[in-house]
Amino acid sequence: MVRRQGPRRRILPLLEATLQPRDLADALAARGAHPTALPLAGGTDLMVEINFDRRRPERILDLSRIAELAGWDREGDELVIGAGVTHARLEGEMGGLAPGLGMAARTIGSPQIRNRGTIGGNIATSSPAGDALPPLVAAGARVELASATASRSVPISEFCTGPKRNVMAPDELITAVRVPVAQGPQQFAKVGPRNAMVIAVCSLSVHLDAVARTVRTAIGSAAPTIVRATEAEAFMEGVLDERGAWERPGPLPASALARFGELVAAAARPIDDVRGSAAYRRHALAVLGRRTLSWCWQEHRA
Amino acid sequence: MSTSGTRVLPLGRIGESVLRADGRPKVRGEFAYASDLGADRMLWGATLRSPHPSARIRGIDITRALTLSGVHAVLTHADVPGRTTYGMEISDQPVLAIDRVRYEGEPVAIVAADHPETARRAIERIVVDYLPEDPLTDPERAIMPGAPRLHPGGNLLRRVTIRHGDPGATAEVVVRGEYAVGMQDQAFLGPEAALAVPAEDGGIDLHVATQWLHVDQGQVAACLGLPPSLTRLHLSGVGGAFGGREDLSMQVHVAMLALHTGRPVKMVYSREESFFGHVHRHPARMEYEHGADRDGRLVYVRARVVLDGGAYASSSTAVVANAATFACGPYDVPNAEVEAIVTYTNNPPCGAMRGFGAVQVAFGHESQMDRLAAELALDPIEIRLRNALATGMRLPTGQLVDGPAPVRELLEGLRDMPLPPDVVPVDPREFPGGVSNSTHGEGTRRGVGVAVGFKNIAFAEGFDDYSTARVRISRDDGGPLVEIHTAAAEVGQGLETVLAQIARTELSLERVRVLPADTQVGSAGSTSASRQTWMTGGAVQLACARLRERLHEAIDGPIEETAVYRHRPTQALDPDTGQGDSLVALAFAAHRAVCDVDVELGIVRAVEIATTQDVGRVMNPLALEGQIHGGIAQGLGLALMEEIQMEEGRVRNASFTDYLMPTVLDMPQVRMRISETPHPHAPYGLNGVGEMPTIASTPAIVAAVRDASGRPLTRVPLRPSDIAGV
Ligand SMILES: Cc1cc2nc3c(=O)[nH]c(=O)nc-3n(C[C@H](O)[C@H](O)[C@H](O)COP(=O)(O)OP(=O)(O)OC[C@H]3O[C@@H](n4cnc5c(N)ncnc54)[C@H](O)[C@@H]3O)c2cc1C
Repeated sequence: MVRRQGPRRRILPLLEATLQPRDLADALAARGAHPTALPLAGGTDLMVEINFDRRRPERILDLSRIAELAGWDREGDELVIGAGVTHARLEGEMGGLAPGLGMAARTIGSPQIRNRGTIGGNIATSSPAGDALPPLVAAGARVELASATASRSVPISEFCTGPKRNVMAPDELITAVRVPVAQGPQQFAKVGPRNAMVIAVCSLSVHLDAVARTVRTAIGSAAPTIVRATEAEAFMEGVLDERGAWERPGPLPASALARFGELVAAAARPIDDVRGSAAYRRHALAVLGRRTLSWCWQEHRA
Repeated sequence: MSTSGTRVLPLGRIGESVLRADGRPKVRGEFAYASDLGADRMLWGATLRSPHPSARIRGIDITRALTLSGVHAVLTHADVPGRTTYGMEISDQPVLAIDRVRYEGEPVAIVAADHPETARRAIERIVVDYLPEDPLTDPERAIMPGAPRLHPGGNLLRRVTIRHGDPGATAEVVVRGEYAVGMQDQAFLGPEAALAVPAEDGGIDLHVATQWLHVDQGQVAACLGLPPSLTRLHLSGVGGAFGGREDLSMQVHVAMLALHTGRPVKMVYSREESFFGHVHRHPARMEYEHGADRDGRLVYVRARVVLDGGAYASSSTAVVANAATFACGPYDVPNAEVEAIVTYTNNPPCGAMRGFGAVQVAFGHESQMDRLAAELALDPIEIRLRNALATGMRLPTGQLVDGPAPVRELLEGLRDMPLPPDVVPVDPREFPGGVSNSTHGEGTRRGVGVAVGFKNIAFAEGFDDYSTARVRISRDDGGPLVEIHTAAAEVGQGLETVLAQIARTELSLERVRVLPADTQVGSAGSTSASRQTWMTGGAVQLACARLRERLHEAIDGPIEETAVYRHRPTQALDPDTGQGDSLVALAFAAHRAVCDVDVELGIVRAVEIATTQDVGRVMNPLALEGQIHGGIAQGLGLALMEEIQMEEGRVRNASFTDYLMPTVLDMPQVRMRISETPHPHAPYGLNGVGEMPTIASTPAIVAAVRDASGRPLTRVPLRPSDIAGV
């Protein structure tokens, strides 16, 4: 009488209400027709929400089979990365084109999560702890949005407006993200009390552009959205210019690195929460600022 | 196992690394856990839980839930057919809240519906009129004048005082310390689940993942108002336990719903609900004073331990006795004064977890031994050697240590093990922070720490602890078949495998089947206190020995023997002096941790744990290694990350997103050296092994981090901010 059940769960009724468009045009049409249907890419954020009963979508719009979203390409000085590209692919394929993004992808979840989770899902979730976001902000990436009738391109820093809030309209999908090809060393580092599979207590991207001679930063998990440390950037650009360091790259003084770290920390607006205190986040960002910039600079000199 | 013609098949006897039968199905996802069970016409249960840590209940209105289509029952405390409370030691916990709730997540009402989603929606439609009160969350304030009384008998659950030797003893060298342990969770991966099937005889068949079928049976029967004979429990697949399944969770609820509706009812807690559905490890605050002579020999130990028992008693009264008994560590302590208390609060109930009171105090006594070593400029191993407990000495409870106590041998073994090489990692994952890329060696220092711990095996303080096994030999086309029937819970530790090994060894027969555990056979006692191989193994050995005698008779039909195994009796502790022969046996393990610490960010990577453990007799080397790895992982978790964070009586991190456990990248290499000093009172000379790896691993890791960071670190789990000094 008592038997072992098959693998049924309450996911089942959801699957019955799943739209499975074959291509992007179909997907955009379905999105327009069913604005309450929730897009699903890798499901690594969405299914957690559903399992915790925080969301009860009436319908699911499954994007996982749409070939147009699943690839990336280089167009001149830009990479066009489809929303459906997984973290595992970013980790393995970005190489020198967007090393910061590849490094950030490497820190996400576990191999299983990186095999399913996508860059589009990370952007759409718009969590301040989304690890793909700092390298995109530091690189000045643009989010490509489309609806059945129009498309637009929004700078990533304008796309996210608050924790888990963004400017995407109910009839829009993210199709791709445009990322300028790296023109110098990039680093991404995050801090968490576990050596893998940890949500960032705070994180930092630092990108050097040896052509434009700029320093770009982006701080994760220490403000309502990803924030740049513009004073730190300006300070370091000043140091590098003043020393003629771009032409004759010598070692950077420890005091300049320390100051840079302090300015990074000062740009954060952290809070105390279950993952760490505001004071610790600031402290850790100062340390990461020092370290990541020195790694970038070492690479630039090499 | 390979069946290639040339290889000699292992016989599956004790001492061999016999593979467990459930291993393959578990890895392949084919194993049926309790949550995988189903039955025809089955309904789904759900539980309404209190959002408040403390509140009066002025009324419960279930009408809007009852009228929801698909709902078959909505029950409250008024529907409990029998005794309205339960509890293993003290029956203080309401089956469903009566007139007040005492912790966040306390069950208030239950629902059965034709779909889990419907059941959940019905839960949301129940209206409870709460009058919230300020929660009492500080275990010391709980026994101060003016504190609200959470239970009729007051808030002091138990005080254990141990007085040993001269209370006025003084010493040349004195070190003091205060330490704290956070609330760890068992965090088993298979959440609570049960299926209750009403029977035609008016009884109930309850399929449940638990640790002790018979103690559940007694409590469930009383609450249902049924005789135990009509309350039949069957063990279903258990996805880990670690103490968290000793208390009832949904057992009475799901049975009430099944009896009420006349249909099978299943309940499965979600991950989040599971954090509210079982007890946790007691948080502790400890004050220590150690006095020693100039050579580092202990003169006295004074300790005060405060455990937070939470809202209900669970096994608190036994945990606190252990905390007191082991508070001084595995050392020769001439004079000791220990006071350990456990109190009620409005925090979640705390109870059994692997190590059971010995874990908390091990962090205290081992931190103190390191302080003493530092004070005297002695090596941490040396100070422990000078005070090592040995056979023939007495515990602070006055009990003579008459079994093996190889503390010296374990420490010397540890000292002889080589240290891992201190080389700059090639794989960036081997820096502190692992894949996070937070250091390339900057700020990173290596530290080494050691610790030794001990604990008792089986139940203590006069408890009549026994186990029952029925063994039967029959014959079919395949030849003789041995069947073992017990009520002992396999919770993932490999008990079924070792019982089969024992039967093969005793009977020299190869075909052995372990039948599903249920209450149709006598109690096997709890799968806890590192006792099952000893106790149920002992019962199987006994039954087999009796069968062996009968094997010489010319028998046609099957033969069967039922044996009950008892360990030697123990005594209660004297309520005033804490003296008494309260323990059956002791087991010991020592650990040395090597950690790389990013002292600027406060991030730790454990490089290696070396351990020495005496196990009496290795019954199954592979299973033993598994226990040691797993126990160390749990000890590492307590040292570095595992904590249920509480705020005003509310759990802040009821998910695996924020309740962090070590991953494979956090778990270091384990180097182990196992010794076998036969235990004179146990079958085969074996000793319990399951809890010891969890006890001293935590203080060893903390000691290593202290060594690297130079910080005192008096609270576990260590937070990055503590290590970095922010
Ligand atoms: C165990 C675990 C560990 C994790 N660790 C990390 C971590 O370390 N770092 C980190 O950043 N994240 C982590 N995550 C979160 C998650 O994996 C990532 O955010 C991932 O990138 C989400 O992508 P997805 O394809 O799975 O998104 P989904 O879950 O499919 O979707 C997420 C959201 O985006 C929307 N969406 C998806 N694609 C589109 C699109 N093309 N257009 C419009 N909307 C879209 C969905 O409707 C949904 O609201 C973890 C998750 C889990 C379960």
